[in-house]
Amino acid sequence: MNKKLRYLTTYTALIALLLILSGISIAAGSISIPAGDIFKVLAGGQADSTYAQIITGIRIPRVLAAIFLGGALSLSGYLLQTFFANPIAGPFVLGISQGAKLVVALTLILTLRHGFTPGSPGLILAAFMGSLISTGFILLISRRTRKMSLLVICGIMIGYICSAVTDFVITFANDSDIVNLHSWSLGSFSGTTMANARFFVPIVTIALLLSFLLSKPISAYLLGETSAASMGVDIPRFRLRLILLSSLLSACVTAFAGPVSFVGIAVPHLIKKLFGTAKPLVIIPAAFLGGALFCLLCDLIARTLFMPTELSISTVTAFFGAPVVIAIMLGRQKR
Amino acid sequence: MPILRTDSLNAGYGRTLILENVNIYLSPGQILTLIGPNGAGKSTLLATIAGRLAPLGGTVFLKNEDLAALQPGETAKTLAVVTTERQDPELMTCREVVALGRYPYTGRLGITGPRDREIIEETMALTKITDLADRDFTKISDGQRQRVLLARAICQDPEVLILDEPSSFLDIRHKLELLSILKDLVRKKNIAVLMALHEIDLAQKFSDFVLCVADGKIDRSGRPDEILTEPYIRTLYGMTRGRYLPEFGSVELPVPEGRPSIFVIGGGGSGIPVYRALARQEKAFYAGILHENDLDFPIAEALAAEVVGEEAWEPISKERIDYAKTLIKTCSGYICALDRFGTMNRGNEELRSFAVSLGLTDCGPNYVHQGTHGGTP
Repeated sequence: MNKKLRYLTTYTALIALLLILSGISIAAGSISIPAGDIFKVLAGGQADSTYAQIITGIRIPRVLAAIFLGGALSLSGYLLQTFFANPIAGPFVLGISQGAKLVVALTLILTLRHGFTPGSPGLILAAFMGSLISTGFILLISRRTRKMSLLVICGIMIGYICSAVTDFVITFANDSDIVNLHSWSLGSFSGTTMANARFFVPIVTIALLLSFLLSKPISAYLLGETSAASMGVDIPRFRLRLILLSSLLSACVTAFAGPVSFVGIAVPHLIKKLFGTAKPLVIIPAAFLGGALFCLLCDLIARTLFMPTELSISTVTAFFGAPVVIAIMLGRQKR
Repeated sequence: MPILRTDSLNAGYGRTLILENVNIYLSPGQILTLIGPNGAGKSTLLATIAGRLAPLGGTVFLKNEDLAALQPGETAKTLAVVTTERQDPELMTCREVVALGRYPYTGRLGITGPRDREIIEETMALTKITDLADRDFTKISDGQRQRVLLARAICQDPEVLILDEPSSFLDIRHKLELLSILKDLVRKKNIAVLMALHEIDLAQKFSDFVLCVADGKIDRSGRPDEILTEPYIRTLYGMTRGRYLPEFGSVELPVPEGRPSIFVIGGGGSGIPVYRALARQEKAFYAGILHENDLDFPIAEALAAEVVGEEAWEPISKERIDYAKTLIKTCSGYICALDRFGTMNRGNEELRSFAVSLGLTDCGPNYVHQGTHGGTP
């Protein structure tokens, strides 16, 4: 029962790190806030009103975004890897994030031109539609090839097409819209509000729970589709659920933070290695925690490294994530 | 009563019909093996019976119920499948793979209970993989992997087990081990087995019944010794050269072409290596004088240009000796694989003296008791 101890200690460490990093993220920034004031604000007590505004208005929503959207990305990647039996599948490499980005950009420009904003539900819906459209293309391609490298290349191409169209649309948008759209289309957790969090926190939490409930069929699916079917997994229904959940999760991320690269591939892989198992029951919550931790760290680096200039989140996630992908590919080669 | 039955089943992919009118009856404790050439539709038929492909006509009955009407979760408690699909699930131990077999019995999250764990350990002991339990599934040999997959299927506690070419790609030791374990399981647990095998020699030994799949239908079915005869195997697989000898389970090369120049005197098994060596070098030869019940006889028949035979249990007759002499006269060499003669094969001694008196070359040293090893002379 060595294993259980390992799971327990790793979980504890992940949660502890997450709490510590959250604290640092709230305290650090162009204005540093002393720990004492943070506790005062959180406890609802009297504190410097500027601090209170920064904490509740800017930093906490941003930390929530990093935690929930980062977790969602990682989980979405894990589900896609299961679906395609492909270790380098993920919402970004398969073009799903970019599909969502395209539809969100179109929606934003169209609605802004008519003088209203779509609001969080509208954005999520638009991103979800975009995710599903890209996923649909990927599914069509996956019917014609079993080669994982070919599938990924096609996904990257779909991503490029979507990005190209997005850039095209942004170029012709009104000047005032461009500023917002541009930083969003590169990916960033900045500008997240409590109102946004009220939408994505429950959606991501529900998707996480539903994914967790898929642990059992996912474990059977690891042995292959035919084996899973022979054990009693209803394959079409299971595949539909996987696709809907992974699309919803990545749509949520794209709607609020834009496309974020590499989290979906790198984190589930690192988590499996860290826990030394692929058991979905253990890995699904852990991948979520890992994604949260990874994005929190990357966001902290993105906004504090060259203060006051902020890097886009994908710049940092790619820096840490891309080497992991190379390692996965080379590790596969060896076998 | 059959546990698995098909009623005029048509199997195929999409609209392509591959097999027509298949009627199978399988009772508990029986091993039924599908044999037939590549691409005949064995896997398609198995996939249809396992419920992975919808029948293009007819019905599969599992315990007298229409398979198509059963819930997948219920079917899995009666029918288990060992598939050929190759997946490399990373970071899974063999025990975890075997434990997945409890899938139809575990709860919403698939957590195994004490009873499940007991069954898992028992099954691993039965399939002799207990020592592999904590090893990484992707890091074991193919033979071990097949045993783990078999154990996984057995954990489903099935009444019917379907296997698609479980022993292909295994070496001879692992083929034998796997099929022996399977046979023991069938007897112990009274499971009905339906499998496809490539190896006719193994099909012959491990099956209670065989079904021969060819030309879009079940060509023949019955007990292996009735079905797997030499001429039928040749037509079933469309063999144009060489032969399969069911008594030996052996594959023999084609008869060498050309005019025979060597006469091989053999008997009691002594001729077999000589015949095979000559066939390998494509040297045509005569064989004799062999009793029809001699060990050498079927192999000589498969490989020699002509065999001089004698009725079983009779001494070699004058007539047969004379006939052998007419053949040996046309040869330039002879080989005597026998080192002693008895009452019944006295004629062969005479034949050898005749060959010597004719001054034929004794080619024996080249083919009998070769002392050197490897490829160098």
